[in-house]
Amino acid sequence: MFSWYYIEGILIQSCYTLLIVLGLSILTGYTGMFSFGHAGFVCIGAYVSILCTMAFGLPYWLSLIIAGLAAMLLGAGLGKITLNLKGDYFCIATLGVGEAIRLIFNNLQLNINVGGKDFLLDGAKGVASIPLHTTFKSALVIVIIFLTATALLMNSKHGRSMLAVREDELAAQMSGINTFRSKMLAMCMSALYAGIAGGMMAHYFGYLQPKMFLMTKSTEYTIMVIFGGMGSITGSVLGTVLLCALPELLRAVGDWRLVMYGLAVIVIMIVRPKGLMGGKELPVGRICRAIGRVFTKKKKDLPPPDGGSVGEEASV
Amino acid sequence: MSDITFKHHDPNVMLELWHVTKRFGGLTAVGDVSFKIKKGEIYALIGPNGAGKTTIFNLITGVYALTEGRVIFDGTVIGQGDAIIKDDMRETDVKPFRKQPYDIMSRGMARTFQNIRLFKSETVYNNVLTACHAEADYNIFQSLWRLKVGPKWLTKYYYQEKALREKTEELLKIMGIWEQRDMIAVNLPYGQQRKLEIARALATDPKLLLLDEPAAGMNPEETLALMDLIREIRDRFDLTVLIIEHHMDLVMNVSDRIFVLNFGKPLAEGTPAEIQSNPEVIEAYLGKEDDGDGDA
Repeated sequence: MFSWYYIEGILIQSCYTLLIVLGLSILTGYTGMFSFGHAGFVCIGAYVSILCTMAFGLPYWLSLIIAGLAAMLLGAGLGKITLNLKGDYFCIATLGVGEAIRLIFNNLQLNINVGGKDFLLDGAKGVASIPLHTTFKSALVIVIIFLTATALLMNSKHGRSMLAVREDELAAQMSGINTFRSKMLAMCMSALYAGIAGGMMAHYFGYLQPKMFLMTKSTEYTIMVIFGGMGSITGSVLGTVLLCALPELLRAVGDWRLVMYGLAVIVIMIVRPKGLMGGKELPVGRICRAIGRVFTKKKKDLPPPDGGSVGEEASV
Repeated sequence: MSDITFKHHDPNVMLELWHVTKRFGGLTAVGDVSFKIKKGEIYALIGPNGAGKTTIFNLITGVYALTEGRVIFDGTVIGQGDAIIKDDMRETDVKPFRKQPYDIMSRGMARTFQNIRLFKSETVYNNVLTACHAEADYNIFQSLWRLKVGPKWLTKYYYQEKALREKTEELLKIMGIWEQRDMIAVNLPYGQQRKLEIARALATDPKLLLLDEPAAGMNPEETLALMDLIREIRDRFDLTVLIIEHHMDLVMNVSDRIFVLNFGKPLAEGTPAEIQSNPEVIEAYLGKEDDGDGDA
């Protein structure tokens, strides 16, 4: 039952989902703005990337970058209009945009002819036979790069400004923080991540349908962020990996698996209302040092760890 | 928008309110208030509850737009209503504008709040560190490289962040909450939350510090200590302080000049001695008969 091919598939799915959740974690977990239209950004990324590889014959990595930038552009435009909305209103706006993007692709009939080759985008029928470029190795490398970058960024003044916006926007403004800029940065980064993940997703499945980007997908990503704990990168990682693997592990119970999935989420939220990590980070630096000590068997006392965030090795 | 420099600016004045009026619908919260705060002064704003003191703070910091009048901070007009008084004439064809609060604050202003507003779920240390962001100008990409040696572009984060952390440490030590640096802000005792808020305000390197009822909820000893603290930080950081306060002992002792507000209207301005002997103030603020207790 658990062949490597099967496990690899789940791991690749976890990787690109993690990228989306990481982006959403910046927007929701760190900046405190709930987005229910993130599947829309993933959708844009997926379609733009297959357009690049299939119609224009660009390399895979370049298509991912272009997909990310396209999603980011949309995020920036959306942010310009909606970021002054507060709380629930922002939610509704993103929800609307996410659904609108899906419906546009559901109805879009596009025939692109580049150099004698036809590329057909046929609405709800979707696109098939996309080249399968996404491998586990490449997905893992991309995710680790973005994970590190996010951890470093959140440990800088830009990340702290985002947290300040989440904690108290007025107080942040009164400390001279340009809160609109912080929110915009969070929005753009989050859209960038989603776009790249969309490209990876398209080149993993090999086919693409607008139906893959329903609102339930967006809520699923938000659940992962909250499940892992708002404002925690390691929490997002844990949440994503657990919630990606859970439905697969529960295949044994057949039709009941989605019920169990929902139940598991509810139980965790009751037991740990602030999510798995509750806004804290796993002390990755400390764990690494502890493992290192076991292997090297040195009895020398190490300097006391301070904080213990993901980017600790590199922090000041 | 480019800055408008105020032509008749007196270089010794830090903040000037010029016939400031704020109306909420039919209610005049602040009516025709003018005052000048000199550099290095501790200026107090007093008045009964609902007199419009906090509204004035919100007008200065750009949270509310002015209805009429002008606010001039260190020679620059930072807010303007749709009418101003010029040469004793009321001009109405004025273009109103308001700068964004973060813009005003980053010009050298800082404030605390009547109901404390900290970054609640962050540590004491991070509260202050978040506020000292202005000196570091590394961009997003530079925050990904943390080299100690190398080209300037790659080491910017390390050295600027180090400076920020040193400053945070210094501020927390001055305010006497260095021991509590790893505590979550909301778990601090009330008095220390007030101190943390002042530390956070000082982190932005202000020229003018606005304190909104800093002694609210403090006992007499804490209030006395706060008085010394306000004077000390004024001297140490070369500040001008505008303070709203209900504790009369604190106001009378610490401030150089006092402005009294009643129902949004200016009532009196002067030194503590002058205010204490002003019959109008006594009637409006302290009650008609002096009951010995100044605290309203």
